[in-house]
Amino acid sequence: MKRLLLGDEAIALGAIHAGLSGVYAYPGTPSTEITEFIQADALARERGIHSRWCANEKTAMEAALGMSYAGKRALVCMKHVGMNVCADAFVNSAITGVHGGLVVLAADDPSMHSSQNEQDSRFYAKFAMVPLMEPSNQQEAYDMMAAAFELSEKLHEPVVMRVVTRLAHSRAAVDVVEPTNEKPLDVCAERWVLLPGIARKRYAELIEKQPLMEIEASKSNFNRKETKGSEKSVGIIACGIAYNYVKETLGESGNILKISQYPLPTDLVKQLAAENDEILVVEDGQPVVEEQVRGILGAGYPLKGRLNGDLPRTGELTPDNVAQALGVGKTIAFQPAKHVAARPPQLCQGCGHRDVYTALNQVLATYPDYRIFGDIGCYTLGALPPFKALASCVDMGASITMAKGAADAGLFPSVAVIGDSTFTHSGMTGLLDAVNDKSNITVVISDNLTTGMTGGQDSAGTNKLEAICLGLGVEPEHVRVVVPLPKNMPEITRILKEEIDYPGVSVIIPRRECIQTAARHAREAKKLKEENK
Amino acid sequence: MKKDIILCGVGGQGILSIATIIGEAATKNGLYLKQAEVHGMSQRGGDVQSHLRLSTDVIYSDLIPYASADLIISMEPMESLRYLTWLAADGAVVTNNKPFVNIPDYPEHADVQEELAKLPTVVSFDIEQEARDLMSPRSANMVLLGMAAPYIEILAIAQLRTAIETIFSRKGQAVVDANLKAFDAGVAISMRKIKGEV
Repeated sequence: MKRLLLGDEAIALGAIHAGLSGVYAYPGTPSTEITEFIQADALARERGIHSRWCANEKTAMEAALGMSYAGKRALVCMKHVGMNVCADAFVNSAITGVHGGLVVLAADDPSMHSSQNEQDSRFYAKFAMVPLMEPSNQQEAYDMMAAAFELSEKLHEPVVMRVVTRLAHSRAAVDVVEPTNEKPLDVCAERWVLLPGIARKRYAELIEKQPLMEIEASKSNFNRKETKGSEKSVGIIACGIAYNYVKETLGESGNILKISQYPLPTDLVKQLAAENDEILVVEDGQPVVEEQVRGILGAGYPLKGRLNGDLPRTGELTPDNVAQALGVGKTIAFQPAKHVAARPPQLCQGCGHRDVYTALNQVLATYPDYRIFGDIGCYTLGALPPFKALASCVDMGASITMAKGAADAGLFPSVAVIGDSTFTHSGMTGLLDAVNDKSNITVVISDNLTTGMTGGQDSAGTNKLEAICLGLGVEPEHVRVVVPLPKNMPEITRILKEEIDYPGVSVIIPRRECIQTAARHAREAKKLKEENK
Repeated sequence: MKKDIILCGVGGQGILSIATIIGEAATKNGLYLKQAEVHGMSQRGGDVQSHLRLSTDVIYSDLIPYASADLIISMEPMESLRYLTWLAADGAVVTNNKPFVNIPDYPEHADVQEELAKLPTVVSFDIEQEARDLMSPRSANMVLLGMAAPYIEILAIAQLRTAIETIFSRKGQAVVDANLKAFDAGVAISMRKIKGEV
C-alpha cells in the first residue's frame, strides 16, 4: 500500500510498524511531526505506545534508555541542538549498550531555517562510536526504522538516524508493509552501572565492536556503488539526501558511491578512489565525510567538496550548488525582481508576548542602562522591530543564567524573558542558582500555556509554574502573575517596576493562552459539541 | 512529462491546502510527487513557499532547480516575484493581485505590477474579491487553484475537481460546492485570458 507522507511521518510510521513501544521527545523543528504523527496514529493508540512529550531531550533520552533496558523498542526524537542537551545520556548509552532496540533521531537544519546553528549530528554518532543511518528519501526513512532497530539489537548499541530539514518536511509516496508486534517485557539481566571499573570494560567492548559496525555499513543495502561511466573520471560520494541532488543532475550516468549508513565503509571509499582519478564528496551539513576521506586517501589524492570551495562551506545543499560542483550549473532565465521586500516572521497580532514587550520596553526606558536576555521560542521575535528588546538568545534556558551572570558583574536592571515550556525544559535549574546566590534579577516567564513556536504542543509546566518557583525558593511576595492585555498595561508596568527595583530574584508570570492554540481549542470544543448533539 | 510548481504566499494564507488538493489528484492518478514545505518560524506572517514536483517518472530532488519551474502559484503579488530565479524561460505566473501589507517597506503596487508585466505569461486577479462575490470568502485559495488549473497540464481540470470533492467531503456537501464554485470561477478567469478575451 502506498501512503503520501512527510519524511517525519515516514519515520514515525516506520517506527510504529517496526514494533515501537515508546517515543520520547521534546518538540523542535524539523523533528516535531514525528511524535505528533505517533500521537495521532490509530494503531499507536490501540497499542498504547508511549508518546507524551518530555520536559527536555535529556529526560527523553534517559526514559528511552530505560525502556530499552526493559527489552522494548524505543525512539528518541529531537532537533540537532537537542543532541547537545541529551549528550551526557546519549554518549553514555553507547557505553552501557542497549537491550531493546534504541534509535536516536536527530533532525539537522542546514541553512538554519529555524535554528541557531547548523551542527551536524553525524559528529555525535562518531563521537559516541555508534552506527548512524541517513536516509536519502521518504521510502528509505520508512524502511530504515526497522533496519535501525534490528541493527541496534544485533550490536547492542543505540543507532542514530539523521535527517535534514528538506527530507523531514518533504512529502512523497511511501510503500508500507504489515506492522510487526511490539517486543515483550524482557528486563535486562545485566546491570548498567558505569562505575569506573565497569565502564572501562564496557568501553573496551565498544572499541572491539567498531570493525563489526564498519562491516555492517560496508554490506548494507543502503550503501551502494553505481558505476555508470565506463572510463575513469570523477567518483562521487553522495551522502543521504545529497544522493538526490546528484541524481537530479546526472540522471543515469556517473560513478556514485551512495552512503546512507555509517561508520563510513573504508573499503568502498578505497575502491571508488582506485576506479577514478578524483573524488567529489557531496554531503549536507558539515564536511564530516570529506575529512574522513582525506584521512583514508591521504593528502595526495585529488579531493573536492565543501572544504576547498567546490561546494559552499555553509548552508544546505541545493540541486543548483550540486550541479555547479558537477560542472553543469544552469543559467537563470529571469533576474531576481527589484521590488521585493524581506518579509520576516512576526509575533501574531493579539499575542500576549507583544504586551509583555510593550510593558518591558516602557518600564526599562526609565533606567539609564539595562539588558533583557532572551530565550528560545516565538518570543525570540521580540528581538526584531518594532520591539528590538533582546540582548541575547543563545540556547534553551540561557536567559535566566545569562541575566544572573550579568547581574553578578554589576548590570542593573538585568532581566530575563523565557517561555513556559523553555522554563521547564532548562530554566528551572538556573533559577535555583539565582535564588541560592540572591542574584538581583527579574525573570519574566511569559506563559502562553503551550509550546507555541513548534505548533502548540502541550507544555510540561502548565498550571505548575508558581509552585515550581516557590519550590525553588523564590520568595512568595516576589512571584507575581499578570494577564498580558493592553487594558492591563498600568498594572503590568507598575508590578514590573516594583520587581525590578526589588534587589533580589523576582519572577513575573504574564499568563494568557497563545491565540493560535486558543483558536484551535475553540474549534475542537465546537466540533465536540456538534458531535454530542 | 513533468511539472515543477512553486507555491508561495504569506504564512497563514492557505498555500498548503492548494498543495494538498494537487497532491491528492496526483497520487490518485498515479503520478510521482514530491512536495517540500516550510514549517516552523517562517509561518508567522513571514514569506512561505513550497516546492511541488509532479512527474510521470521518478523524481529525485525534493527541491526544484533554478530556471525549471513551469508555474509559480502565489497567494500574494509581491511574493510571486520572490521566486523568479526558479521560473523557467517559458514558465507561467498565476497570482492573486491583492497585496498583503504587513511590513513597513512594502513596494508600490504599480512597481509590483510593472515587474509582473515583464514576464511572458501572467494571470493576475483579485481572488479575495472574487471569493467574496461568490459569497464564499474562505475559498479564495480555490479561485487561485482554478486559475492555475489550465497551466498544470499534467493533471486534467476534471481530476483536480474530483480531488476537491474528496478532500472537502468530510466537511459536508455545502463546503464541497462552495469550493468547486470558487475553483470553476478561477478556471474561467484563466480561460478568458487564454482565449485572449482580456
